[in-house]
Amino acid sequence: MPDRITRADVQHVATLARVALTDDEIDHLTGELGAILDHAAQVSALDTDGVPPTAHPLPLANVMRADTVHPSLDRDEVLGQAPAAEDGRFRVPRILGEAP
Amino acid sequence: MSEYETVIGLEVHCELATATKLFCSCRNEFGAEPNTNTCPVCLGLPGSLPVLNERVVEYALRLGEALQFEMPAQSIFHRKNYFYPDMPKDYQVSQYDEPICVNGALDLGDARIGIERAHMEEDTGKSLHVGGGGRIHDADHSLVDYNRAGVPLMEIVSRPDIRGAEQARAYVTELRAVLETIGISDVKMEEGSMRVDANVSVRPNNREELGTKVEVKNMNSLRSLGRAIDYEVERQIGLLDSGERVVQETRHWNEEAGRTDGMRSKEEAFDYRYFPEPDLVPVRPTDEMRAVALASVPELPAARRDRLATEWGISEQDARVLTGVSGLAEYAEQAVAAGGAAKDVVNWCTGDLLGYLNETGLAPGALPLAPDGLAELVALVADGTLSRGLAKDVLNECLAEPKRPKQVVEERGLAQVSDEGELGSVVDGILAANPDDVAAYRAGDDKARKKKRGFLMGEAMKAMKGKGNPQLLNRLLDERLEP
Amino acid sequence: MRSGELSAVEVAEQHLREIGARDGEIHAFNHVMRDEALAAAAEVDAAVGRGEDPGPLAGVPIALKDNLCTHGVPTTCSSKILDGWRPPYTATAVERVRAAGAVVLGKTNLDEFAMGSSTENSAFGPTRNPRDLSRVPGGSSGGSAAAVAAGFAPLALGSETGGSVRQPAALCGVVGVKPTYGAVSRYGLVAFASSLDQIGPFGATVTDAALLFDVIAGPDPLDSTSIPSPFPRVSPTLDDGINGLRIGLVEELTDAEGVAPEVVAAVERAAAALEAAGATVERLSAPSTTYGLSAYYLIAPAEASSNLARYDGVRYGLRVDGDDVADMNARTRGAGFGAEVKRRIMLGTYALSAGYYDAYYAQAQRVRTLIIRDFERAYERFDALLSPTSPTTAFELGAKTADPLAMYLNDVCTIPTNLAGHAAMSVPFGTGADGLPIGVQVLANALQEPVMFRVARVIEQSAP
Ligand SMILES: [Mg+2]
Ligand SMILES: [Zn+2]
Repeated sequence: MPDRITRADVQHVATLARVALTDDEIDHLTGELGAILDHAAQVSALDTDGVPPTAHPLPLANVMRADTVHPSLDRDEVLGQAPAAEDGRFRVPRILGEAP
Repeated sequence: MSEYETVIGLEVHCELATATKLFCSCRNEFGAEPNTNTCPVCLGLPGSLPVLNERVVEYALRLGEALQFEMPAQSIFHRKNYFYPDMPKDYQVSQYDEPICVNGALDLGDARIGIERAHMEEDTGKSLHVGGGGRIHDADHSLVDYNRAGVPLMEIVSRPDIRGAEQARAYVTELRAVLETIGISDVKMEEGSMRVDANVSVRPNNREELGTKVEVKNMNSLRSLGRAIDYEVERQIGLLDSGERVVQETRHWNEEAGRTDGMRSKEEAFDYRYFPEPDLVPVRPTDEMRAVALASVPELPAARRDRLATEWGISEQDARVLTGVSGLAEYAEQAVAAGGAAKDVVNWCTGDLLGYLNETGLAPGALPLAPDGLAELVALVADGTLSRGLAKDVLNECLAEPKRPKQVVEERGLAQVSDEGELGSVVDGILAANPDDVAAYRAGDDKARKKKRGFLMGEAMKAMKGKGNPQLLNRLLDERLEP
Repeated sequence: MRSGELSAVEVAEQHLREIGARDGEIHAFNHVMRDEALAAAAEVDAAVGRGEDPGPLAGVPIALKDNLCTHGVPTTCSSKILDGWRPPYTATAVERVRAAGAVVLGKTNLDEFAMGSSTENSAFGPTRNPRDLSRVPGGSSGGSAAAVAAGFAPLALGSETGGSVRQPAALCGVVGVKPTYGAVSRYGLVAFASSLDQIGPFGATVTDAALLFDVIAGPDPLDSTSIPSPFPRVSPTLDDGINGLRIGLVEELTDAEGVAPEVVAAVERAAAALEAAGATVERLSAPSTTYGLSAYYLIAPAEASSNLARYDGVRYGLRVDGDDVADMNARTRGAGFGAEVKRRIMLGTYALSAGYYDAYYAQAQRVRTLIIRDFERAYERFDALLSPTSPTTAFELGAKTADPLAMYLNDVCTIPTNLAGHAAMSVPFGTGADGLPIGVQVLANALQEPVMFRVARVIEQSAP
């Protein structure tokens, strides 16, 4: 069973999840996530040797569609929902760092 | 330099030439007005769900057949989680430990390059950086267009079997030819429909263990791929020679500066948190799907090279040039089918025509001179109507404005004169008008004779305005000078 | 209306009047679609006037959980982060109820992004239980359950990930159904945990819920996980009785942590009623189901952490400005998500992160396999299973908000069905000492809704 979650873990996870948290929230979450994970750890303790994981409850395969074009959305409607738009595009603050 | 061995693995992303995107029915189209090819699915709107494009699977299986891949009974999609504004869901639907193709290979004649895997995944949107000269780091803000988001990609990951820039270029050239031949991608590096990242490392000769690898990105032509690898190899050797370490990182090729730069990324370790995509179900290629894929693979570039070398008696090198340029081999084969002599057709294709293609960026299929036009030109030279020199002029004219070679010959009265009587009297006139030169020829040594003969031949050709059949003129001149 | 005595417009006006008069204190709705409802009702009346078939739900008012996308109409998931968002498209299930002639009255309150069991985790304030305004209606589909219980609409759509239809149905004294995974298209249902989510109907009666189920179930080419063959209809066999059916009482779900004795007693009385109607009832053990809650609280948050990444302030909804795009993302998400949503995103991100995947997420998926096997064994012997829906009757507002684990325990009886992808529903069966409704749960194998509804119908008819 993994070690109990620390405040630093919570901070790292918040960075991964892109959520700005206050110090207070980090404190609370450290305790709460610890308690929930302790409960969840019941499953970590179970012997599941040779049991395959179920990612999906349905036994379906090969669900596909034809390569046929359907109309796209109206751009004005799409951009009308954006917090900021410019020149037919979504406007965002400067991007630090290239895509990985 | 020779103390180190270069080890390269290439990751090639190629956009598939489908009508629609990977998971939605929006048009897969280059160059449309921004954000006009978008829908709830490819914008990642809440509540939207992906549905797999069957053509993508068909193309992936075709690629599998072409590159000798194994195609396992089941393949599944995973989510690769990371935040980036050009990615509408902030995760990429990709494949992870169960890709559609595994263990393939590409033969380069002198080497066999292993290919670890090929998998299906979605492309991202495109960002435009405003202010700061359009560069990402100095920009004031950025603008995002999601037309490309969700376009189907195949990511093809080679094993670290490549041993230098030259071989890397050969691998990409051959891979591109295969992708093109099987009709699944436009493979245009310049338009970004084919993107190549290189994992480069060096290791001291005779050492088994691999050196620290650096991922080099942002090469947008074969030329920059070669330059980037050469630069990176030298950089790494320089570090090792001066006792420093190579740091595992991603570096960007800077075309203008001719160097790779470390990427300035925020202090944030990437942890992609891959997990099986619950919105999609597994792909299990059926016997029928596999049979269709197998049947749809045409003759591959290597097989075509072998055939052309045998049938036409051309060199391996010429055959490689033909199959290395998209559409050129087809063009040549059509010209030969239209009656052109194979070797002559190949000479034109790998010489003047290739030069013209490189200069204009046109595809062979778009040449103003159709293949049967080239066959016509070849025949005009073969039957003596045109000299090789005149034929070049005719070709240029046919390329400048769509015209048939025969039409140009007629319009400009270029047909070569091969009438023995007409040429004989011209030669006679020249000899009569230049008795001193004739005498000097007859009395002179080899050097003098050669000079005088050249002069007399030039006068005769001048009199014919360049249209005299040179072989015939030569013979007539010789007959008269040495009776 | 069904007897033709009232026009659809009159029915809609009547329900809108009720909502206007009493929803101030209940707060079942986030958004009432008055004009759209009256226009839709008028269209039904016109169709009837033209002699056309107005559809099986002609003129029946319906309420929609506010995580179902409705073109041009706010769809908030009761979250600040979707503030102002008007989807450019409509969910398949909503298209189907409209095509069947139903009149959509509005969008109902929920726990933010369907994460909760009391509808207190709403950015717009809690919904109150119409049976007792000091109590919660359950959740996360508390607004839809309350709307039906209050008589605001005879039908409603909710969604389930771990019991979010059945549990509020039990607490509000109405019928709520969790269909087989893949029975109802998820297209247009804002995702919480994709491998568990399913839209389900609420009705005042089993017959009403059956009618709605038959309208929304069936294949949808827009959802890769929708079952591709036509779904068996439940209404035609609803009153066929249960003579000879074998019913199993699931020990682990009945004796689960925190289940009140009066709830156990109600389930036993329901079992006796089923026997009286010709079924056999036996107890059975499905031991892996006791791990359901733990597995669920790894799987659901993990999927949620990925599904909710897209709320980043770029394309729609809330944006809180920042120095750069990553900073803007983090501030937007910090301000836009409530405490429970943050908790689950954090939990799920952690469970998927490097080094923990195998111990948590992959392990939970293996436990999921064990639970499915237990159910499969049970369905070899039984046609349907029986258990409590919720451990208790409706609790007081605020009673469990400070303790996330206590809140999660509300779903201990319902969660195993979601993990298995099977069908289950809750039927009101008597009341507790506090006078508040108790729900009995009927479970059935995948695609066995017709049997499940028949059993539920008998329970309904024999309810005290
Ligand atoms: Mg990739
Ligand atoms: Zn799209």
